[in-house]
Amino acid sequence: MAYLDHAATTPVLPAALDAYVRAAGRFGNASSLHASGRAARRVVEESREQIAERLGARPSEVVFTSGGTESDNLAVKGITWSRRAADPARDVLLVGAAEHHAVLDAAHFLADHQGVTVVPVPVDAAGRVTPDALAAVLAAHRDRAALVSTMWANNEVGTVTPIAELAAVAAEAGVPLHTDAVQALGAVPVDFGASGAAAMTVTGHKIGGPVGVGALLLRTDVACTPVLHGGGQERDVRSGTLDVAGVAALATAVDDAVSRQQDEARRLAALRDDLVARVRAAVPDAVLNGDPVDRLPGNAHFSFPGCEGDALLMLLDAAGVECSTGSACSAGVAQPSHVLLAMGADGDRARSSLRFSLGHTSTAADVTALLDALPAAVDRARRATAVSRRR
Amino acid sequence: MRVLAAMSGGVDSAVAAARAVDAGHDVTGVHLALSANPQAYRTGARGCCTLEDSRDARRAADVLGIPFYVWDMAEEFREDVVADFLAEYAAGRTPNPCLRCNEKIKFAAVLDRARALGFDAVVTGHHARLADGVLRRSVDQAKDQSYVLAVLRPDQLAGAVFPLGDSTKAQVRAEAARRGLAVADKPDSHDICFIADGDTRGFLHRELGSAPGDIVDADTGEVLGSHDGAYAYTVGQRRGLNLTRPAPDGAPRYVLSITPVQNTVTVGRREALAVDTVTAERPVWTVPPPASPFDCQVQLRAHGEVYDARVTHDAAGLTATLRAPASGVAPGQAIVVYRRDPAGDVVLGSATIAAAA
Repeated sequence: MAYLDHAATTPVLPAALDAYVRAAGRFGNASSLHASGRAARRVVEESREQIAERLGARPSEVVFTSGGTESDNLAVKGITWSRRAADPARDVLLVGAAEHHAVLDAAHFLADHQGVTVVPVPVDAAGRVTPDALAAVLAAHRDRAALVSTMWANNEVGTVTPIAELAAVAAEAGVPLHTDAVQALGAVPVDFGASGAAAMTVTGHKIGGPVGVGALLLRTDVACTPVLHGGGQERDVRSGTLDVAGVAALATAVDDAVSRQQDEARRLAALRDDLVARVRAAVPDAVLNGDPVDRLPGNAHFSFPGCEGDALLMLLDAAGVECSTGSACSAGVAQPSHVLLAMGADGDRARSSLRFSLGHTSTAADVTALLDALPAAVDRARRATAVSRRR
Repeated sequence: MRVLAAMSGGVDSAVAAARAVDAGHDVTGVHLALSANPQAYRTGARGCCTLEDSRDARRAADVLGIPFYVWDMAEEFREDVVADFLAEYAAGRTPNPCLRCNEKIKFAAVLDRARALGFDAVVTGHHARLADGVLRRSVDQAKDQSYVLAVLRPDQLAGAVFPLGDSTKAQVRAEAARRGLAVADKPDSHDICFIADGDTRGFLHRELGSAPGDIVDADTGEVLGSHDGAYAYTVGQRRGLNLTRPAPDGAPRYVLSITPVQNTVTVGRREALAVDTVTAERPVWTVPPPASPFDCQVQLRAHGEVYDARVTHDAAGLTATLRAPASGVAPGQAIVVYRRDPAGDVVLGSATIAAAA
């Protein structure tokens, strides 16, 4: 089997699993005042310090959550609520047109139910929000903007965004910027403090930690209304008994991702470049989506003209090659990727796309397995498209 | 064989897929999304095409350990089944959308796509027997679905597998329970899957709009009442006529015919419904038909009565002369021709009813 879907989730690192199991074997509520509680809290706070140190943040800026979706929801809703409470005129939310659904849908919830106006910030043909585009949108909404949310790197096409420049543009307008760095962490240098972002989403399972734990890095001078109410365990911004084992494993994974980032990026980029070259040789009309250079090292995202992505995925799956199309609706129907549509692609190109994403367990054998299966799969998928068009 | 199991989320298609696995086939499960908006169609356990059905199908596939995908067939379904359904009603006929779905979607769009992708056949949970190209009724007469499969050409049947034809519905449910399939006691689907509330008349009214016209007495030509759209009526219908004037003899009135151009619904006595000659067009033979004329049995609607008949046919159509009169024969429905057989009655073919007298 060739696993080429590391952007969906990546295998847990042995060290992270070890940290998880060790912590899970002990018990204690990190909020308790007795010795067991103190022991649990020590694990949590050491993890917090380690994560902060690795991500260019202060420990007080690390808010543990259940993962990327929760962190995105907390930032988008929480900061918007607080900004609007302080100044009711601030009712406009600026979100990148190619954001993850955890940001887009949280924003649209506010639009549908709470009178917030969502203004999409257009992306260029590579899927990136440029400083000029953000400046233009901000200029039109300067006095009403509550928050800007743009991702650090796109989860589908892999394009990396100049996040520090965007944060500077937002800061100049006096508007905080949240960035979803779920895909960027471990792949490119990520320094929260240096980025100028007000808030940043990270999650464990994309970097070899467990599913179900993540963090929102949140500057202490940025007000954020809670989404989850309760014991106020995390800075009164997030409630819920802390997942000590998950937090310990997250810290191990973050430590690994950051310390090995350069070497791993170099290794994966070489492997990815080989994959791209061989796909282009095998399927000459395949279109590489996203920025050809400034992209995540493990990401290769193609449109295969004349194919439907879901047919290709099924054929490759049957051949033991696991990859991903864009997204599917809750009933499982493949949807044309909103990312590609935002990049200006037509419906056919959006529907014909497939993402191959490499990670820490990827080897040259995975690329070879893909190339062994791909030509026949493309042929068959094209025949299936021709059949449906003939009707 | 590499086969594609069409899984609706119901018990029949789940067991059919399971049997295909047991038979040694390389099985891939596919749920057909037939609505652009899955919430728009029937909800709950009453029908197909809902989110819950998609999940049920996926869960069954997981239990069977087979790959599972959802295929978006909403556009094809809308064009070939729903639009056809509306056009037929608008033309004064009474279509059977399940039959059209088998003809145009399951054993056409889906089968063609499956074949292009390297599959040999499509497996469904229809209650019918199929072996060596011969389609027969299910052993479960009450659940038999050979009627809605009789539109399939030999090349379509060559790509079909019906694993349930030798079992009763009760056996299928028991087997599902034995296999640990959660859909074992899921209620059967009824009615028309794309009419969410089960109100066909309301659906037609919404889609086709209002078209008031007269309800006319067949004997006297008198106008007995009015209607809001002739499409809402079916030959043989008695209820819901809302006649303003009772018939002189006080006997109930039945719909005898619908004339779309004049937009009239003609009603009359029950006896006037009796017909013994049925003409039909666009014949499809599942096997090469016997030389014309031949004696056989015909069925004039789904789960309807079976009549002994003599059939004459040519390329354009067929005429069936019934040994005993039938009533309520609606143009647009299929006439399905069977040959009686102790090993299970054989489907010879079908055609679309054009007229009856």
